[in-house]
Amino acid sequence: MALKPINRKADRMVTYLANQGDVPPAEQMAGPVGPAAGAVEGGDENAEDVVALGGRLPEVPEIPHIPLGCSLVFAPGWEVDEAGGTAGLCQPVERDLFDCHLACFWPAHVPDQLNHSPDWTGKCAAAQNDWRKLEMIFP
Amino acid sequence: MSTAGITSPGGLSVSAATATPVTAAATEAANGAATRANGAPAPAPPPSSGASPAAPGLLTPGEFHAFQADGATFLYLVPSAAIFRMDDASLAVLRALERANRTPAELVQRLGDRFPVEEVTNRIDELLGLRAIGLLGKPAPAPPDMLPPKGFPLTTMVLNVTSKCNLACTYCYEYGDDRIVEADSKPRYMDLETARESVDFMFEQGGSNRLVHLTFFGGETLLNFKLLKETATYARQRAREVGKEVDFSLTTNATLLKPEIVDWLAENRVGVTVSIDGPREVQDGLRVFSNGMGSYDIILPRIKDLLARHRTRPIGARVTLTSQNLDVKHIFRHLTEEIGFWEVGFAPVTSSSCRDFSISDAGYDKMLGQFEELAHDFLEHACADRHHGFSNVKDTLEEIHKGVSKAYPCGAGLGLMGVATDGDVALCHRFAGSDEHKIGSVSEGVDVDVQYDYLKKHHINSKTDCRTCWARPICAGGCYHEAHTRYGTTATPNLHFCEWVRSWTHTCLRVYGAISERNPAFLARFDA
Repeated sequence: MALKPINRKADRMVTYLANQGDVPPAEQMAGPVGPAAGAVEGGDENAEDVVALGGRLPEVPEIPHIPLGCSLVFAPGWEVDEAGGTAGLCQPVERDLFDCHLACFWPAHVPDQLNHSPDWTGKCAAAQNDWRKLEMIFP
Repeated sequence: MSTAGITSPGGLSVSAATATPVTAAATEAANGAATRANGAPAPAPPPSSGASPAAPGLLTPGEFHAFQADGATFLYLVPSAAIFRMDDASLAVLRALERANRTPAELVQRLGDRFPVEEVTNRIDELLGLRAIGLLGKPAPAPPDMLPPKGFPLTTMVLNVTSKCNLACTYCYEYGDDRIVEADSKPRYMDLETARESVDFMFEQGGSNRLVHLTFFGGETLLNFKLLKETATYARQRAREVGKEVDFSLTTNATLLKPEIVDWLAENRVGVTVSIDGPREVQDGLRVFSNGMGSYDIILPRIKDLLARHRTRPIGARVTLTSQNLDVKHIFRHLTEEIGFWEVGFAPVTSSSCRDFSISDAGYDKMLGQFEELAHDFLEHACADRHHGFSNVKDTLEEIHKGVSKAYPCGAGLGLMGVATDGDVALCHRFAGSDEHKIGSVSEGVDVDVQYDYLKKHHINSKTDCRTCWARPICAGGCYHEAHTRYGTTATPNLHFCEWVRSWTHTCLRVYGAISERNPAFLARFDA
């Protein structure tokens, strides 16, 4: 490796990567799974890496992305739902953050973060956990 | 203080919230790009489809903090806490990605006039493997909410042998306005039976740990010296019976040190930390007896006697910094060069923001400036293989060297517990005696449900504010007691410290990088 490992963790990562061969990088970095039993026995020096290197890839294979929020078939999609009512409009679930925000062609459901509400997601570092912290904006 | 030209734009976890979800096709293409980065030239990306702006295979900077030392550029990777020294090609890759997300093919094309194709693709591959870069829309998996296993062994037990103190320091967290425990709610002195039960508890909770540390704490520890002696004797006896070792330390204000106590401390190899705030004018303004009399002239001869005769363990000083004593360098020189302490550690006072002694923002800036100057001194000493007693930098360097990435800011409630005078077990010594922070008792053991509920709430993954901070592997939100005093809850990260902690961590990283360039052999001492 041309990048020079400097501290002990870097040494261990290089060793780990070298030993993992063809395993994809993300999985290599996942570290041990399950409770760090080594910590109890005091014998596994990699026990601390559990937190450091993140989790294993999800067991469930990835499926095509399915929007859960407002409809994309009835453009512009936000006045009525597929059944002609309003009940099914933009359900306030965390997936909306992915579906409606920034990349969405119809940015009606979230504040204009580029111009008026730059801090809107300031308390929402991970949408899966923090979406309830997003508050309504009254222009 | 200069930082490297590279800055992480917030890391993959942020990208995750803003990037368009990756479709199955895009995922496949992205995986293909990652594989291609292993050597084969990558084709141009397919045209953007419809409303999705995420081109497949686009690489984006991961989460890291870049810093420079001695002319070299290093990356501190987050959350792994690994440090790598960059070469020109990897720096060029990161700089190119900093300006815009690009595919491997675009990178090869862009950097082709400066580096061979193979070198660029190899660097991309390495950076991907280390997660210094990632694929746009394909964030690194979040660290697991993994709790420590049940039965995690106790390493250190802090025994509050008394809650009474013969000083009346203006800022004391135990007696001041920010106190958690009312002084009269618990016995003022621990009795021998409770102390023995505590020792038994310690060995039992120690599990497979061969060595356990017993720290005597107070109040003023030496007010209960008789119990302390008897407890140490009992602990040694129990250690022999269970085939373990026990190590002792204590913190004292030094007012009660007598020759026979010093002899005992030396004979029993007890590690001693003296709470002292600096030269006479500082000490006498803050660390006073209840009648207002300063304590400097009382403690100075006692400390000198201790330093002269207790040679079995290095003696350290612990300074509490307040708005009235922020001349860190002056205090450091006084305590090391004039008095002779081996090490000095500094900690800002714990208080709500409104107290007279609370440190203002300007005060924190001043303190940080002085810390940086002392860190520079430390570096010069380290490069010459000489000892320097600034324990704050030493402790941080050790964590950097090992690459710790903390799920919790400290071991409280896990490897470290505090025992109150009545035998109640709390998160740490600062909460000893607080019913709200009780996790068990030495007679009945630890309430595992309470303990794990607490561990769950305080895990770094539960701290939203920390999620995008590059210093979280080392800080993990900071002291629970500080948070409780500031915000009324232990679970909140210490947001008032953030800028300060990041600046200080950056300084220590630079010191570490410089030592690794100039005297790498010095770092081996942190391997122990």
